[in-house]
Amino acid sequence: MPQGPLVYRQRLTTRITHWVWAVSLFFLMLTGLQIFNAHPSLHIGQESGFDYDNAILKIGAQKEGGTLRGVTQVFGVAFDTTGVLGVSGGEARAIPAALTIPSTQSLATGRVIHFFFAWLLVGTLSFWLVASALNGHLRQLIPTLADLRALPRDLVDHARLRVHHTADYNVLQKLAYASVLFVALPLMILTGLSMSPGVNAAAPWLLDLFQGRQTARTIHFLTMLALLGFFAAHMAMILLAGPLNEMRSILTGWYRTDGDRE
Amino acid sequence: MINRRHLMLGSAALSLSGCKVFDRASDPDSALRQLFASHEGLTRSTQRALIGDRLAPEFSEADIRQGQRPNGSTDPDSTDYRRMAEAGFRDYRLTVTGLVDVPQSLSLADLARLPSRTQITRHDCVEGWSCIAKWQGVPLGTVLQMARPKVTARYAVFHCFDAIERSLSGEVFYYESIDLIDAFHSQTILAYAMNGAPLPVANGAPLRLRVERQLGYKMAKYVHTVELTDSLAALGYGKGSYWADRGYEWYAGI
Repeated sequence: MPQGPLVYRQRLTTRITHWVWAVSLFFLMLTGLQIFNAHPSLHIGQESGFDYDNAILKIGAQKEGGTLRGVTQVFGVAFDTTGVLGVSGGEARAIPAALTIPSTQSLATGRVIHFFFAWLLVGTLSFWLVASALNGHLRQLIPTLADLRALPRDLVDHARLRVHHTADYNVLQKLAYASVLFVALPLMILTGLSMSPGVNAAAPWLLDLFQGRQTARTIHFLTMLALLGFFAAHMAMILLAGPLNEMRSILTGWYRTDGDRE
Repeated sequence: MINRRHLMLGSAALSLSGCKVFDRASDPDSALRQLFASHEGLTRSTQRALIGDRLAPEFSEADIRQGQRPNGSTDPDSTDYRRMAEAGFRDYRLTVTGLVDVPQSLSLADLARLPSRTQITRHDCVEGWSCIAKWQGVPLGTVLQMARPKVTARYAVFHCFDAIERSLSGEVFYYESIDLIDAFHSQTILAYAMNGAPLPVANGAPLRLRVERQLGYKMAKYVHTVELTDSLAALGYGKGSYWADRGYEWYAGI
């Protein structure tokens, strides 16, 4: 456990927006999976191939001798995913009820909740971006030259599960947070907007950027998986670094550092 | 312990207790649903401000790689409709009524004589899929101008031949509506041809709406009447369309 002094590490704007994002992303993911269930396949291009195949992922159910079998096809290779994907709880549905909001099939409800939290995410992200540009927090997220020089050592430390508690973020932390805030979330928002026929009229360049509405939908889904990966790593690091100290810093702002032992 | 404590603080706790807690948001009258649906007005006004009268993207012949996937009703079975379809829609009439000075009754031949617009566009279903096809028809604005809308008119309502729902209380025929901004947009057409052939029954013969900057469910098929009105309150449950009355957005630009 770190024994050094307490430092004020997270400002109020960062703490509040962090929790708004956590709640928003939770709802966005589970309502997103509800929406995905209405057409559980991912395509490449402007349109979805029905008379031809441009799918990279397809989740479906097949009737085999009186029993339903869940089948997931990735790049044309089929896997039996009965119980999880394609068929779960005895019914044909791509994503199981435990992972969708609402738990029953309701595209309309999923959409209404999805767009509500999409607005909330975009609003708080914009607010945070402006506030952080003004109060200097943005600079704390951009790796410095010294950070990059320390990258190999930081990688080794992380691989050995050796955690340092410092007032500043370490380089891997900076890279992880910056990729979520400046790459993954903007990508999520832009690919989401690319699926809107209204936005397509207002900003057709988005379709050129992502090479079509269905490709944008596929990127939207894959970025969700990347964010899920970040969430898993984020949780693992919190447990590893000392959950009480980490929770205190994201709730009150105060974080105990290693102090002189460093 | 610590792990659990963290989960309690984090939103992940919600998944432990099951997402069923949010199922009541499916109830259109619940306070939760009203809260979540509060974004709709914001979405519409933001999109309207961004879009103006810009056009939906149009595509080339080479982008038409498959037939137009039919959805919703694909084969209306009312005897009137069947009889008309068997006669090649010779007796079909489009009625333009409501808040207009000169109500219209137009045959397919009448419509074919009016200047037409052809566009290759992408149809986006609310389910998530897209399909590109070529549509030809009369701009709705042209037809509405002929009927001379009254200044009080605000919406164009579309009444259709297809019974989308049957219950003991009777049949529900598909209904949809758009405001006059979309009604007079140059890409908003009453289409009678698709991919170079007369509109097939599965896709809405003899006449369907195309509102290219919104989702597929706005594009009513099997249209027999366009009614101009100043309020949607008396239509269905008052939300302005069959699907809006069932929880979907009335403005479907998203």
